[in-house]
Amino acid sequence: MLDRREFVARLLADRGELLVVTGLGTPTFDVNACGDHPLNFYIWGGMGCTAMVGLGLALARPDRRIAVITGDGDLLMGMGSLATIGAKQPRNLSIVALDNGHYGATGMQASATATGIDLAGTATSCRFCQVLSVSQIDETVDVRKILHSGQGPIFIHAKITANDPPRVIPSRDGQTIKQRFIEASAKHV
Amino acid sequence: MRPDASSGWPDLIYTVLKRNNVSQVGYVPDNGHARLIALCQQDNEITDVVMTTEAEGPGLVLGATLGGKRAALLMQSSGVGNSVNALTILKSCAVPCLLIVTMRGEFDDFNPWQVTMGAMTESTLKACGFLTYRVERAEDVEDIITAGCNMAYGNNLQVAVLLAQRLIKRSKGAH
Repeated sequence: MLDRREFVARLLADRGELLVVTGLGTPTFDVNACGDHPLNFYIWGGMGCTAMVGLGLALARPDRRIAVITGDGDLLMGMGSLATIGAKQPRNLSIVALDNGHYGATGMQASATATGIDLAGTATSCRFCQVLSVSQIDETVDVRKILHSGQGPIFIHAKITANDPPRVIPSRDGQTIKQRFIEASAKHV
Repeated sequence: MRPDASSGWPDLIYTVLKRNNVSQVGYVPDNGHARLIALCQQDNEITDVVMTTEAEGPGLVLGATLGGKRAALLMQSSGVGNSVNALTILKSCAVPCLLIVTMRGEFDDFNPWQVTMGAMTESTLKACGFLTYRVERAEDVEDIITAGCNMAYGNNLQVAVLLAQRLIKRSKGAH
């Protein structure tokens, strides 16, 4: 089992031009805990939509790599979007599933993955090009390489400990975060 | 697609979308949108995305906007109901969105189960922060879709154009 903060910090080390979209709740806090970044887009609503935001961005910016970092609850709510992504085969998109089998933001109730429902198996069925499961922190080095250079769509299934780390809250102003992201991602090319 | 449908209002919608540089179109297949979907699929400058549920659409549009592209969504009125919470992210982030809705359950529909959602479609969209325009006649399509594009892409607004079921039923190539 991985510590979510340590795993996300190692995954996003030296991230360069990587564009990052975060799912609402704890994954947003995990990413922001690594330091706020203009190439982060934090989602604060529309639970279940994170993977599709990644797809829209990946199709609009085939010149850049995109990482969606989100939780099992968000992915379960939008599970059909894994099929939509698999059908479209975006080469530059990775989905990172932080799976603790629980809904962290609402009091740690168990999710479907706690009963053995396998998100990695779902991604394989949905024709993701590479599907990786990570449960040891030392494996993060290799996973990070694939995130930056592997052929997508990539699904990284990270088994994390079910804990509730302190909330590190970024801006909740959707318009400001959007504008900052658009300007920063246009500039870096 | 029927060969005799090549000069109807779906072609006008397509022309206006092209004129406005819309480059991503998300949809759940629908009879009324069949011709427009086919036109988008055949266009190499448009990325068409077939979705498993209309609720995937707002995320797609937000992502396209983050990537500097313009996106539109095509769905049936029942799809509006499927998407409600997802639609709200567009207003939260001032994401420009043109949503083109084929109406069901309002005019000579054979399926009464469509009536309830059809009757609440426009008010639901308004509650989600959308401006709504209705098209009743084919001759109004170009003007109204153009206005919708201007309002959405020019002002970062969310605009829904509702295509009346009477328009769809009375036109060739769609039923």
